[in-house]
Amino acid sequence: MKTGPGSLAEMDYSVLQQCMHCGMCLPTCPTYEETKRERHSPRGRIALMRAIADGEMEVSKAFGEEMYYCLGCLACTTACPAGVDYPQLFEAARAEVEEAGVLESPKRNAIRASVLRGLFTRPRLLRLIGRLLWIWQASGGQSLFRRLKLNRLLPANLRRLEPQAPAINRQFSHQLIRPVERPAAPTRRRVAVLTGCVQDLAFSDINRATVDVLLANDCEVHTPPVQPCCGSLHAHNGDLATARELARRQLDLIDPDQFDAIISNAGGCGSHLRHYDHLLTDDVRYAAKAIAWSAKLRDIHEYLVEISFRAPTAPADAQTVTYHESCHLCHGQKVSAQPRAILQAIPGVELRECAESTWCCGSAGIYNITQPETSARLQERKLGHLAATGAGTVATANPGCHLQIANGLSAGGDTTTTVEHPIVLLARAYAAEHSRP
Amino acid sequence: MSSGAPPASPLDAELLAELRQLVPSDALLTAPEDLIPYAFDGTAAHRARPAAVVIPTDRDQLIAVVRAALRREVPIVTRGNGTGLSAGSLPSTGSLVVCLNRLDRILELDPANLTMMVEPGVVTQTISSAAEAADLFYPPDPGSMKISTIGGNVAENSGGLRGLKYGVTRDYVMGLEVILADGSVCWLGGKCVKDVAGFSLRDLFIGSEGTLGVITKILLKLVPKPAARRTLLATFASMEDAASAVSGIIAAKVVPCTLEFLDQKTIRCVEDFAHVGLPVSAGALLLIEADGNPAAVDAEIAVVEATCRAHHATDIRAAADAAEATRLATARRSAFSALARMRPTTILEDVTVPRSELARMVRFIETVATKHDLQIATFGHFGDGNLHPTFLTDERDEAEMVRVHTAMQEIVTMTLELGGTITGEHGVGLAKREFLPQQLGDASYQLHRQIKRTLDPAGLFNPGKVLAP
Repeated sequence: MKTGPGSLAEMDYSVLQQCMHCGMCLPTCPTYEETKRERHSPRGRIALMRAIADGEMEVSKAFGEEMYYCLGCLACTTACPAGVDYPQLFEAARAEVEEAGVLESPKRNAIRASVLRGLFTRPRLLRLIGRLLWIWQASGGQSLFRRLKLNRLLPANLRRLEPQAPAINRQFSHQLIRPVERPAAPTRRRVAVLTGCVQDLAFSDINRATVDVLLANDCEVHTPPVQPCCGSLHAHNGDLATARELARRQLDLIDPDQFDAIISNAGGCGSHLRHYDHLLTDDVRYAAKAIAWSAKLRDIHEYLVEISFRAPTAPADAQTVTYHESCHLCHGQKVSAQPRAILQAIPGVELRECAESTWCCGSAGIYNITQPETSARLQERKLGHLAATGAGTVATANPGCHLQIANGLSAGGDTTTTVEHPIVLLARAYAAEHSRP
Repeated sequence: MSSGAPPASPLDAELLAELRQLVPSDALLTAPEDLIPYAFDGTAAHRARPAAVVIPTDRDQLIAVVRAALRREVPIVTRGNGTGLSAGSLPSTGSLVVCLNRLDRILELDPANLTMMVEPGVVTQTISSAAEAADLFYPPDPGSMKISTIGGNVAENSGGLRGLKYGVTRDYVMGLEVILADGSVCWLGGKCVKDVAGFSLRDLFIGSEGTLGVITKILLKLVPKPAARRTLLATFASMEDAASAVSGIIAAKVVPCTLEFLDQKTIRCVEDFAHVGLPVSAGALLLIEADGNPAAVDAEIAVVEATCRAHHATDIRAAADAAEATRLATARRSAFSALARMRPTTILEDVTVPRSELARMVRFIETVATKHDLQIATFGHFGDGNLHPTFLTDERDEAEMVRVHTAMQEIVTMTLELGGTITGEHGVGLAKREFLPQQLGDASYQLHRQIKRTLDPAGLFNPGKVLAP
């Protein structure tokens, strides 16, 4: 796999130099807190990256493992007064690990080839698999499988993952959302909505809600029915070449010049999507378009606050709500106050802050698959703080966090606490306005 | 220095085998990937890789580890979270780094005696919060208090933003347990407010920068929590105006707990990071906090405000509430790191002068910067005369690094001429070792060396720091 520009040795050295190892990042890093070992801290990892750029150290298996032990939660970037571009370093380091092949094994290669490059680059295939999964879940196959304890026949890691698989929705985004929808009132803005991958399969209702709230705020909404993956999974897992290819496909599908904003509603995707300018900076054909794209990309909460969204007049069904911040929404995109503003604008909602709301829940892309133990400890810590609020609903705006928290709740036997995207609560409040006499 | 230090020689195999018996498997680090991240502390221009790192999890392990190293005459460098700013916790060649950040328990909070007993790896902010929860107050507050450990604070005798009124870490250490060079464990001090038995050995270890022994336990003094606290932000057109306002405040016999200043470069970098609404076009800023009983605080703030106005403050703003005051202090704490936004290498000085000489010192630093064509940002604790002129440079530019060193020597010389000190709160470490004889004078420097030889005859504790070998 060729990574192209952006590897550690080729990158602008000042990005590495920017870290002056003051240590301000240490108390924000979940892995450093776990082990208290420097290599598991942001500045420790940067020291290793710099050692590679300096030719002091080879890209080794231990280096590769370290880069994948990092959650990529970016809490360090919020804490860093020096403004180190950790996301760039992190992606370049993982790309370098993949290029060097130090972690390769036949099984890992097969998974990466089939999942990252096979499945997540083919939206139609992804939906087909999603459909099969839904049939499996809806037909009772899954519960029969579980009742008969057939999961004992699965290999250990699949056995662990099987209950974590997302519940697939009956309908995907394109079945719920027309390519163009116009508001009842005169159109004031034109926006495009991105439907995502996991979001499209497991949370298409969140995409529908996103369109609904935009319509309620006088936006004309364009939602291409078949959309490629944004490439965030690829960039975060060292496959920058595929990430660039997917970004180009995204730019071909949605022309930023045609819209006032391009809307993402998933924290992780949005964090990647708004950096297409950086990702494609060396691409002569796409660089200019990518800059226009990044300038238009908005998280849904951010955009609603920016256009002074209308507060609903009817309540949503949730009363006590606590908010868990997706790492890539708060640290990656610096969107933190807006989801709270939206929740508080819903009549009848009492927002209860939870401790450590910005601490990673352990989902972190596919971290819960690659590092199950650390992931589980973070999940437990998060659930403890959420439970302490006594809130009946946990609001969060990223499919990974949503699944991680929902799985944690159900594994702990909690059947009453619900997990919702803030936008779904807002959409329900808008909908309730019409059902009132 | 863009290339790192050469790999250190491996540690004595028998010692490694012994250490492996003493600590859990994840607590003894020898692989390059583990050692490279320990090759530095918060100081920019120094780097050296340890031979091995050991991270004991309790006092017994710590004592056993230190004894094992001493028996085999392997040098020991103790370290907390590595935030030091004088290369004091930088590894020495062939050394074993003993990392104390897993010894992080508060052992006892004693409200009847206003004390707290802690392990050396407790983060200072944790101590501050625990005291506050008991309606008490631990005043020392180094800029890095959210990260730095109390063991490091004691070893370096750290200062902070409240030094003006409350002093430095030394003033809050009542007792210490240390491991000496012969492996014995020794308790110094106690809970008595008045205790004059014997030499004040506890004070010898405070600020000794890990060169005389290893700290295993610390007894801290707490004070009652001030009932009121008020914060002002005063803006000035120039550094000189700000400096003269500070002299005016001190001359008016008012002692706020905090009297911090930032120059224009620092204001811009801090605002760029923290977004707290600092006036980015101001020539200088003073952050002032008074604490104590409410009536006294109000009176002090009134004098401070009037004095600032008399010295041409262009704007004076009061923090609306405790949350805003905390935001402002937190922003100030990021100053050093935020300056790295301007140039990649930041070299921080720690010179301190008598308060009457502040304006002269500030002017001199500006002259030096111009003369050597260097960027120097200055911020620090005006109230106690502690300045942090920070060189904004690039370590890869060798010619510039030579000019930095010359400028640094000139600043140090001027500091000493004005009756100042080469370090107010960061310690000597490696970074300021060359300047120490100049400050101490021959007799005092020789006494330092004699004490070191007596307590650490084989030179195994943090070799080469503070005193040249």
